[in-house]
Amino acid sequence: MEDALLISRLQFAFTIMFHYIFPQLTMGLGLLIVVMKWIALRKNDERYNESARFWGKIFAINFAMGVVTGIPMEFQFGTNWAKFSTFAGGVIGQTLAMEGMFAFFLESSFLGLFIFGEKKLGPRGHFGAALAVFLGSWISGYFIVATNAWMQNPVGYAVAPDGNVHVNDFWALLLNPWLGWQYMHTMLGSVITASFVVAAVGAYYLLTNRSAEHGKLFVKTAVVAGVVSSILVAFPSGDAQVKNVYEYQPVTFAAMEGVFETKEGVELLLIGQPDMEKMKIDNPLYLPKVLSFLTHFRWESEIRGLQSFPKDQWPTNIPLLYYSYHIMVGLGTIFIAIMVSGVFLLWRGKLFTNRRLLWILMLSFPFPYIANTAGWTTAELGRQPWLVYGLMRTADGLSPTVSAGNSLFTLLGFLGLYFVIGVLFLLLVIKKINQGPA
Amino acid sequence: METLWFIIVAFMLAMYVILDGFDLGAGIIHLFAARNENERRTILNAIGPVWDGNEVWLLAAGGSLYFAFPKLYASSFSGFYLPLMIVLWLLILRALGIEFRHQVQNNLWKSFWDGAFAVSSILLSIFFGAALGNVVRGVPLNKDGYFFEPLWTTFTVVPEAGILDWFTVVMGLVGFFTLTSHGANFIALKTEGELQKRSRSIAAIAWWGVLIGSVVAFISTWSIRPQVWQNYTEHMWGFVFPLLGIAGLFGMFFYNRSRQDKFAFLSSAIFICGMLASTAFGLYPNLLPASTNPEYSLTIYNTAAQEYGLTVGLTWWVIGIALVTGYFVFVYKSFRGKVVLPSEESGY
Ligand code: HDD
Ligand code: HEM
Ligand code: HEM
Repeated sequence: MEDALLISRLQFAFTIMFHYIFPQLTMGLGLLIVVMKWIALRKNDERYNESARFWGKIFAINFAMGVVTGIPMEFQFGTNWAKFSTFAGGVIGQTLAMEGMFAFFLESSFLGLFIFGEKKLGPRGHFGAALAVFLGSWISGYFIVATNAWMQNPVGYAVAPDGNVHVNDFWALLLNPWLGWQYMHTMLGSVITASFVVAAVGAYYLLTNRSAEHGKLFVKTAVVAGVVSSILVAFPSGDAQVKNVYEYQPVTFAAMEGVFETKEGVELLLIGQPDMEKMKIDNPLYLPKVLSFLTHFRWESEIRGLQSFPKDQWPTNIPLLYYSYHIMVGLGTIFIAIMVSGVFLLWRGKLFTNRRLLWILMLSFPFPYIANTAGWTTAELGRQPWLVYGLMRTADGLSPTVSAGNSLFTLLGFLGLYFVIGVLFLLLVIKKINQGPA
Repeated sequence: METLWFIIVAFMLAMYVILDGFDLGAGIIHLFAARNENERRTILNAIGPVWDGNEVWLLAAGGSLYFAFPKLYASSFSGFYLPLMIVLWLLILRALGIEFRHQVQNNLWKSFWDGAFAVSSILLSIFFGAALGNVVRGVPLNKDGYFFEPLWTTFTVVPEAGILDWFTVVMGLVGFFTLTSHGANFIALKTEGELQKRSRSIAAIAWWGVLIGSVVAFISTWSIRPQVWQNYTEHMWGFVFPLLGIAGLFGMFFYNRSRQDKFAFLSSAIFICGMLASTAFGLYPNLLPASTNPEYSLTIYNTAAQEYGLTVGLTWWVIGIALVTGYFVFVYKSFRGKVVLPSEESGY
């Protein structure tokens, strides 16, 4: 049973991390394409149309990958987490089914029109198709984050006599207090990814001196979108997430921030390695009292440490939780710095000639992917040992009849298949970028 | 309320089989009907803009199954663990076969994806037929309502049978022939010239497979699961479904001969609809019969979500389906008529 649990968890973690590589670009890029189409309509500037068409091609490849890796996610709720589905299906069935009806149909119907129908639809119709695809992907994000938010903070449910949970308040489920900030934060995270990707391609064109006109346009659009989203992701949305975690999952908060002892005037750790044997942080680098201030707006306020919670409530992998949280926040700070310098140079009219910043933009596109993955790892590891916070433990959610051997077979299958299609995806995208937008 | 959701889920599954069924059928005949690059691209362009939307019916049907009968979703998905994972991999291969092929102008690359597209479509059509076979035959549910089936055991219909035994293989072949002729009818409708002629003759040949397969399946269902007929003897009006299926079957034959592709395609859609509805009618109120002890069977009553959830769901489902109908009408209108090949690069 232990093995089966570990393998199913690994399989879920691997397949969802791989899936999330694609939607995060889809959702952010969908927005940027709408913006480009909008400017093209308003200013009647053909270069923006060409840009939208170029990114549309990359969008389509990325979208296809998102679709094929998303279907296994939906299936796995039943195949690997059957007990969980029996237990919680009466609640999260709502959000998952609504995602299909309201998001996937919209997206997939209009993507075909967006890619193939530009001539048939005319400029306004084509803008409409882009808008529909964008809306579809953001609605999809909403319903899936609503599902996750319910697992983090279950609301609007009642326990039936057979022990399973069922919704009893539909709007509570859709307006979960956890959900608003989580949704805003994830959507901003995906706009950051898209901004960095668009900026990287633009910088590449500028540095290699080809398609320079489009390169400028990409970099310009991207740094503006990037600066807004990078700032908003930290404040207010990231800050609000931290407060939610503190309120609803205090033990997760202590583990994330690396607070072992309950005390007043707690420092904010920047760097340091948690030592779980001695229960302390090695090599710490910190800002005194800042954590207390950020959480309660009082320098001397008290914060509960890990040791004040019973051990069976502790997240199962504290060091990894701590690192992933700090990686996300650290990268977030760096993103703000990069994008602010970008906008500053743009304002001074020096952005397109500043080779140093262009190099940085070209090379930093992987980091938003890392930050997003680290963020989800924080959320999901922080939820452990619960599958549904406070209601069901992860170990109790597993399918009772699927043996470890069978799940290992499929885990290996996914590893192999995803490796191959990942390589093909990269090749195709590189090819499109080299063909250029013209 | 449970009955209503049973009908909704069955309806959505039928929509999936009809719509994505012609994409799969197009994949099955791809290597046989299309002989050169232009013909291959024509087939891909016929389904290119719509296949993804069609596949969403599978997700949406799965989603509504999860929503309305969570316990069934949990039990059947974990019990059919291996075949479902294989179906997933095949769906991945097929999707990439459609989407990646046209991205690189290289003959080896294209041949590879043509092969992937055809093989995955063929296997998927067989798996879907076999899945239906499993539901009709019943599975070894235990008293907690769970089971696990290996891919095969001895290929005989015994209580501890695997996914594939002779009965489900027959059903798999019915699935294969049905979708072959369905897809061939669709391609005939969307194309002209040689490709159209070849598609018509494939549809004509596959028709015999459908006919023979259905008769065999009918007789073997009789011997394996006579309980299926109970609903029919109790409610005679249920016979409209098999009659509809038979009408569709003969429509396929007749319109194929008279080269009325549109009606031939509609007939195969009606055939599929009629056959699935007949099965659903025979199963009701069971969702997954137990081959062990009939009392362990999963029915719409012991797996459904609660009243409140189902009622709320009905509200948004009605809104949702109205929107979806709107999108589909709009999309299919935009791409109606025969396929015109666009220049390289922009199309498939
Ligand atoms: C580019 C991506 C990105 C960046 C720069 C940040 N985040 Fe983030 N963060 C995410 C992307 C993300 C995410 C992937 O979208 C997560 C995973 C789950 C969620 O709600 O959003 C997340 C989760 C997440 C959580 C966990 C919530 C939970 O346990 O459920 C917290 C507390 C924060 N974030 C806080 C921050 C703060 C204070 C940041 C300051 C800079 C920050 N994030 C930057
Ligand atoms: C919003 C939709 C999501 C839902 C409903 C969801 C649900 C789940 C479930 C059911 C599990 C398995 C049980 C468990 O181990 O707790 C899991 C584990 C996990 N998920 Fe998520 N997840 C979502 C999004 C994500 C994303 C986008 C990522 C990463 C990019 C992610 C990362 C992980 C990881 C790393 C695990 C393994 C944690 C562990 O087992 O310790 N999740 N999630
Ligand atoms: C366990 C959780 C998840 C499940 C069950 C899931 C399920 C799916 C499925 C079935 C698809 C294919 C839809 C189609 O055919 O059009 C898909 C695509 C998509 N998913 Fe996920 N997903 C999960 C996690 C996430 C997360 C965390 C996000 C974002 C916050 C997300 C956003 C999207 C988007 C925007 C698409 C559209 C395709 C694309 O953008 O590449 N999904 N997902």
